[in-house]
Order: sequence, then C-alpha cells, then structure tokens
Amino acid sequence: MDKATRSKFLLKTRPTSEKLVDIGFKNIVVAMASMVAVILFCIFAVVYYESTESISRYGLRFLFSSAWNPVTDEYGAFTAIYGTLFTSIASLLIAVPLGVGTAIFITENIIPKYIRDVIGIMVELLAAIPSVVLGLWAVFIMEPFIRPFFNIIYEIFGFIPFFSTQPLGGGMMPAILILVIMILPIITSISKDSLNQVPSKLRQAAYGIGASRWTTIFKVIIPAAISGITGGALLALGRAMGETMAVTMIIGNSNNFSWSIFAPSYTISSMLANQFGEADGSQVSSLMYAALILMILTLMVNVFAQWMVKKLSLKYQ
Amino acid sequence: MSIVNNKMINKISSNSKKFINDSSISVSLDNVSIKYRNSVAVKNIFCDIKKNQVTSFIGPSGCGKSTVIRAINRMNDLIEGCELSGRVIFEGTDIYAKEIDPVEVRRRIGMVFQQPNPFPKSIYENIAFGARVNGFQGDMDQLVEESLTKAAVWDECKDKLNESGYSLSGGQQQRLCIARTIAIEPDVILMDEPCSALDPLSTLKIEETIHELKKSFTIIIVTHNMQQANRVSDFTAFFNTEKKGKNVSGKVGFLVEFGKTKNMFNSPKQKSTQDYISGKFG
Amino acid sequence: MNYRSQKSLTYNPSLSRNIGNKALNIISAIFAIISVLPLILVISYVLIKGGSYINLDTLILEPEPPGDDLLSAGGIGPAIIGTFVMTLIASIISIPIGVGGGIYLAEYSKSGKFAKFIRFGSNVLAGIPSIIAGVFIYAIIVSTKILFGSMFSGIAGGFSLSILMLPTIIKTTDEALKLVPDNLRRAGFGVGASKFTMISNITLPAAFSSISTGILLALARASGETAPLIFTALFSRYYITSFEDIFYEMGSLSVLIYNFALEPYESQNQLAWAASFILVVVLLSLNILSRWINTLGAFSKNKV
Repeated sequence: MDKATRSKFLLKTRPTSEKLVDIGFKNIVVAMASMVAVILFCIFAVVYYESTESISRYGLRFLFSSAWNPVTDEYGAFTAIYGTLFTSIASLLIAVPLGVGTAIFITENIIPKYIRDVIGIMVELLAAIPSVVLGLWAVFIMEPFIRPFFNIIYEIFGFIPFFSTQPLGGGMMPAILILVIMILPIITSISKDSLNQVPSKLRQAAYGIGASRWTTIFKVIIPAAISGITGGALLALGRAMGETMAVTMIIGNSNNFSWSIFAPSYTISSMLANQFGEADGSQVSSLMYAALILMILTLMVNVFAQWMVKKLSLKYQ
Repeated sequence: MSIVNNKMINKISSNSKKFINDSSISVSLDNVSIKYRNSVAVKNIFCDIKKNQVTSFIGPSGCGKSTVIRAINRMNDLIEGCELSGRVIFEGTDIYAKEIDPVEVRRRIGMVFQQPNPFPKSIYENIAFGARVNGFQGDMDQLVEESLTKAAVWDECKDKLNESGYSLSGGQQQRLCIARTIAIEPDVILMDEPCSALDPLSTLKIEETIHELKKSFTIIIVTHNMQQANRVSDFTAFFNTEKKGKNVSGKVGFLVEFGKTKNMFNSPKQKSTQDYISGKFG
Repeated sequence: MNYRSQKSLTYNPSLSRNIGNKALNIISAIFAIISVLPLILVISYVLIKGGSYINLDTLILEPEPPGDDLLSAGGIGPAIIGTFVMTLIASIISIPIGVGGGIYLAEYSKSGKFAKFIRFGSNVLAGIPSIIAGVFIYAIIVSTKILFGSMFSGIAGGFSLSILMLPTIIKTTDEALKLVPDNLRRAGFGVGASKFTMISNITLPAAFSSISTGILLALARASGETAPLIFTALFSRYYITSFEDIFYEMGSLSVLIYNFALEPYESQNQLAWAASFILVVVLLSLNILSRWINTLGAFSKNKV
C-alpha cells in the first residue's frame, strides 16, 4: 500500500480500537444470548428450591390427594392438577376442529379472497385481547348469557356425573369456553400457515385424478400439513395449561373436587393467583410444588410439540 | 401476417365443423381463447385431436401451449381470473358449459405434470387412492401391479410398495404419476412437458411408455423438445406468439399450423414453422 | 370396466360426493363465523360499555377505596401511568438483551450447539406461564428485599414483564436478521467493514421494520399482562410523584381490572370496564400499527 493511499484512507490498517470494539461487541451479544439460559435456569432453580420442603414432606402423594387446608396444614394438588388437565384438553378438543375448519375456510377458494383475508385478520386480532379483559367479559357478559343453556343441560342430563351440579356462576365449563376463545387464534393462524405451505402441485395432482374439493382437503392437503397443524395444537395446549387470569376469574376457585363441569373448580395457575398473595409458611412451599408441576407439564408439552413437528414433517419429505 | 392467419382460421374452422360428429375425434377445440385477468394469453385456437393418436403441442416459450392443454381438463379453473371463450368439445359435449361438473371431466381426461408430484403416501396408496376416488370395484392389488407395469416402473417398485412415493428417483416418480393416471382409465391423457425435469435415460423410458399407451388412450403432449415431438407424436400443433397490437404491449399466443407430424417436420406449410423446426428461434 | 361412473359429464347434485361437498362448505363457513364471533362480541362490549364510562374524571382521578356509599369511584389515572411506566422499565431491560441475543444467534453462530440450545431455551421460556414469572421475581426480588429494601414495587413488576417480553424479541430479531440477504453482508465485508460496523450500519437497519414490529407486539402483550404483576407490583391507588416511587407498589390497568371486576360494587366494576376500554384500544392500535409497519417494510424492500 503506497503512501498516497495510506494518507487518503486513514483506516486502511485497522486500528486496535476498532478491533477491541469488535471483540467487545461479540462478548456483549454472547452475554445477552446467555441471559436466556441463565433466566430459565434460575426460574427452575428457585421454584424447585422453594418447593423442597413440600416435596420432602409429601413426595408423590401430593399429586393424588385433594386435601388443601391451610388450617390443618395438609396439602394435595389433585383438584388443581385435574382441573388444569381437564380444562386444557377439553378446550383443545373444541378449539382444534373449530380452528382447523376456519383455517381451511380461509385458504380454500369458496368465497372471494378479500372476505377471507378480513376473517383471517379478525381471528388474529382476538389474540391481542388481554386475558384479564376476556375474564371481565366472561364474568359479566358470557357466563350470565350462557347459564340458561347450562341449566337446561343440568335439568335434562343431571343424572350424568359430568352435569350433576347446578350452574351457579363460576365453574369449569365457562372456563373451558374462555380457554377455547383464547387458544383459537394460535390454532387458526398456525394451521393456516401450514395449509398455505402445502405445494400447489399436490392439490393439482389430486384434482388431476378427479378428486373433489373436500376429498382433496381431507386425504391430501391436511395429511401434508399435519406436522404444522399438530405443532400448533400442542402449542395451544401448553398455552391453555398456563393460562391464569381469565380462568381464575371464572372458574370459581374451589378446591372441592367434583366430576361436574358446572361446579366451581381449580387449576394450578388460578390456585397460585388466588392464594399466593396471602400464603405463608408451608402453604408457600406447597404452592411452589404445584408451580413446579405446572412448569414440568408445560415443558413436556412444549418439547413434545417440537419433537412431533420434526417427526411428522420428515415423513413426507 | 394477420391476413394469412385469418385465411388459416377460416380454413381450419371449416374443416373442423366437418369433424364435430366424427367419431375418430376425441377432443375438439372450437375458437378457444383464454385470458388471465383481462389479458389475452391465447386466441382463436381451432384443433381436432384424433383418438388413440399422440398429438404434440410445440412452440417457443410463452406461446400458450401449456395454457391450452390445461384448459382441456379444466385445470385452469384453479387459477383465479382465468377465463375461456369458445368451446372445448369432448364426446359431443362442450365441457365448459354451465351444467358440466369439472370433477367428472377430470376423471375422463387425466394429466401428468411437469414436476413429478406423487402424493405423500405409499407407492401402493398413490395408485389406490385415485382408483378409490373413482369408485374402483375390482382387485386393487392387481390394478396397482398392472398400472405400474404399463408405466414401466413395476420392477423398481414391487419390493417397496409400502414405502413413500418420495423414496423413488425423479424419473421413477414421474412414471409413478403416469401409473396413477392410467389406473383410473381415462379416455385422454394430457402430458404437460412430462420429461423436462428428467434425465435423458428416464426421458427415453417415458417415450417408450407413451408409444405403448397410445394403444389404449388418446395422448396430448406439450414439449419444448422438437426431436421428442418428432419421435413420439403422430400429429403436431405448432404455436407461436405475436404482438398484441399497435397500442397494446405484450404477446399473445396462437395456433400457426396443425397436421401430421411427418408433414410438419418435412414440408411445413408456414415459414415460421419451418424456422422454428430448423432452430432459427425458440 | 372396473369403475362405476355416471354416463354423462353433467353436474349431478344428488351424487353423495356433491351433497357432501356442499355440506362441508357450509360447515366450514359456520366454523369461520363462530371463530370471528368472540372478537366482535368482546370488542363491542368493551368499547360500548367501557366507552360509556370514560370521561375526563375517569381518566384523571385516582380510584377511591371500594364502598357503596360513594357517589363516584374516582378514576383510573394512576393505573394508566403505572402500566406505561412498568412497560417502559420492562422494555429498557428486555430490548437490549433481546436484540443483542438475536444478533448473536443470527450473525455469530447460526447453527452452533450453543445457538441451538439458546433457541430451544427461548422457546421454553416463551412457554412458561406468566404467573410463574411473577412468582419467580417475587422470590428473588420482593421477598429478599434485595433492591434497596423495597418489597412490592413497580420495578419488580417491570422485571417480571421483561421475562415475558424477552423470548419474543429474541425470536423476532433472529428471524428478521436471517431474512436479510447475504449479499448485503458480503458487500459490507467487501469494503473491509468490521463485524460491528456491518451489523450496526447494514444488517440491523435492513431488518429494522421487522424487529420494530416484534418489539411492538411484545410491548402490547406485556402491557396487558396481569398475573406477573399481582405478586410483584401489587396495586396502588395513588399517582407516582417522584422517581423513587418505582420502588413502591404501583397500580396498573390490568391489575385494576382484575381487582375491580371481582368487587361487589358497581362503581368499581364500571372502572374495570373503563380500564378495559383503554387497554383494548391501545393494544388494538399497536397491533394494527405493527401490521402497517410490516407492509411498509415490505414495500421498501421491493424498492431496493
């Protein structure tokens, strides 16, 4: 490099300050990225640490006992665990057909595109509504409106254990309905993306051998999109299990176990919201134990979701 | 140029009117024009496809040959904004008439696509699925074996019928697609550049298959490979493009010449046909 | 022939497959209508009912203690400020960490083992129920009184919200940077730019609109969260008067809604609706704004 160039471009040879900036910056972003791992680890560590007292006292009995009495100091999370699992799975069973059906309607050419686009946007906007606002709406608008229908079911089918108590306000069933509303956008949005990603040549192949629209949808398009749809459904399951505010406002917050879906009930997250503020002593430890169980459940669902997506998508490539 | 075209149109159209009730004709295109969202892609196509013969559509890219062939089994219905005027007559019926069910049309006129597109199912199911959709009532195992054999791919498949269709090579996948089309016993098989994504060896195998298939089916094949058209087809239709007009930009496709392949290649009537065949353009 | 088929090509409406197809068309349309219904119902109730309780008093006054004999319940002013302040604190923490982490994942180690682990960890963190984030911050900040002796505080609330914002921001930054074409990077290296210069002057600006969208959405989500705040910031009926107030309990719109919705007094319930109105209007606007930014970003990319 000659003197003339060197004088024009003062930075042709990189000064040490620039190199230091590069190294420093890299270290900074590595540290930032590591924060994720640090935070995650800390959360698990803290929750576990706080729950050791309860774990050592109850062990696995905790999962099967439905006693929860701060007065006698006896705790068992069965009602809450059952409530979490039942509400989440029930809401999934309703929301998946609804969401996938809506996604199919949005991606198929049954009505003009602009109407379908509007429907898609509206379903996505539903996700922007905070949980607590949905809870407010559920308590004052939805539940009173829907109680007469529940009453009819109670009167006709009350002999079945599931419907054996009178709907009196908060209960598991309204909570399930609110959960459906909350997880619908995730399922619809992810299913819609999965369906759109199916290559058009598959649809043409099916139409080419004289298949009708819905034969093509059920036998070709959905099987090709199944990995994404399943991933979305499992993601929704995890979300439903961890959902707190709307559920706690409408589920009645009762630890009494009941088979009836009209009876007040508990989920782990609503129990935490309800009791943590005023708990002390071993109650805190039991609540933390329940929180740990919830974390493990959601973790399992999440990991399973990622594994399932991988497994199903390999099959068709 | 356009004066000559009009004369050609009148001559072809008067010929085709004779053939509408002729039982040696499988598909007849009667003044077909196709436009995408108000932009004309091909205009004034007159063509009579003979039964149990191989007809090829050749021409430079953009001349609309794929558009025309996809119109014959109403695959263009899947494209938004695509409109067809004129008539496409199959077995005495205009298949674009309002009362016609396109699903029925596609069960009688099958298609093999440019990119092999087996279903995400097993090799066996790829064939069985189409058969079931069409209401097959016989021995499925036998149908699968026959179809794969006629498509010259049975040996490669017989030990792996339960494996995914994607486990085959490109050429084998395309022959699987041919097999599933044959399995539903259509009257006409449309092939839209079936070999353009394949290697020369697979191409040769497929050309041999076409030769066998024409005994049972009417075949229309779009190809950009003139030697292939010469090898494989009995009749050839040559398409070309021309400017849309003085004040309109863009090109529109049209049919230049149609006749027996031997005649088209040895003594074509139009200069542009001669130019294309001898490689002066395209 | 082995196939049973009809003789003619004409559409036959009484064929079972045609009846089935029509029925399924209708069913899927009904499903779509059902899916859209909650949005319409919730938003219209919130806007109409909540909107009817919005007036200057509501927006400015502090909420009165619950009681049936009061003529007015006061207002939600402090809660609006509180939500804003805590979201701000959460952003100050989570945006640098999130964007930095995303830069690392996309620019320094696209597929290394550590990067895969961080991506996996980010997904796991995103799946953690929000109430556990609140419980966690309670355990390490509130009960230990580690921050200058303060217990329930706005700053603790900000911390817990930042845990919720972090995974979204990392993921959006990562994805947005991955979309920047490699050509740009090669051009940068081609003129001898250092990695830091290239990232700050070339790649980051190119991904700016997508990253902003992600941050906006994370902000929107955080401002509506309730569960993490009920054990960290608790609630307060009073306005913040000085900077130190962030070390004390702080009100927020979301916790106000939760508390006042469950009160048996109608005036409190009305304030809950009013607060919902504000929250929903702000969140929907942020959502629509971020969509708009996205389309703008797409246009400018086309120009390039």
